[in-house]
Amino acid sequence: MILVQEADFNTQTQYEALRQDSPKIGAIVTFVGLMRDFNEGDDVSSLFLEHYPGMTEKVLEDIRQQAMQRWRLNQVRIVHRVGELAPSDQIVFVGVSSAHRGEAFAACEFVMDFLKTQAPFWKREQTSNGRRWVEARQSDDSAADRWKS
Amino acid sequence: MNSPNALKILFFARLRDDLNTSEESLVLPEGVATVGQLKSLLCQRGEQWQQALNTQGLFVAVEQKVVDWDTPLQGFEEVAFFPPVTGG
Repeated sequence: MILVQEADFNTQTQYEALRQDSPKIGAIVTFVGLMRDFNEGDDVSSLFLEHYPGMTEKVLEDIRQQAMQRWRLNQVRIVHRVGELAPSDQIVFVGVSSAHRGEAFAACEFVMDFLKTQAPFWKREQTSNGRRWVEARQSDDSAADRWKS
Repeated sequence: MNSPNALKILFFARLRDDLNTSEESLVLPEGVATVGQLKSLLCQRGEQWQQALNTQGLFVAVEQKVVDWDTPLQGFEEVAFFPPVTGG
C-alpha cells in the first residue's frame, strides 16, 4: 500500500492494518520519520516537501515490490507526506509485516534507504536566514549502496 | 495544448527556482535525439541554463523513470530534470 498525501497519518491505523492482515504474522517493524527543527547548524521553522506526482508513486511501488521479492513479507505499507510541515510533524511511515523479525527489520531499512535516494521528493527549509533547498547527503547514498549485492 | 510531436519538459525543486519555469513544451530540432543532447540544447540558452543544468548529480527521467544521458527521446512524451532527491 502506497500513499502520498498532504494530510497527516495515524500510526495506530497503519499498524492495525498490518496486524490484522494474517495470523501468520510474527513481527511488525514500523518506522516514522519526523521533521527536525535544526539542520546544518541552523534553526528550521518550517519545511516544504515538493514531489513529482505520478513518478513518486511509481518509484515507491517499485521499492515496495523489490522488498517483497527480496524477503518473505506479508505486507509493506508506505505513507509519505508532501506540502507544508512544521517541526515534530510526521513526514514518512514505513511498516513491514513478516513471519519473523529479521526479515521485517531488514526490509524496513531497505525501503527507507531506497526511498531517500530514489523517490522524487525535495525538501525546502525555512530558516532564520531565509529559504533553502536541502542538499542530498552522501551518507544516504552509502546506506542504499550496501544493499547492492 | 502540446503540438504533435512536442515533448513536455518538467523542472523540479531548485532547478525550477533557478530557471523560473516548471514546464515547457518543445518540438525537438534535427540532431537532438538523446536526453544528453536535449540538455546541451537547453544549455545553449545561456549562462542561467548552464549553471542550473550542469549541477552535480542532476537526474533526468523519461516517462517518469530515471535514465542515462544516452537514452533516446524518440517516441517519448515527458522528460523531467531534477536535483538529487531529499525525501524521507
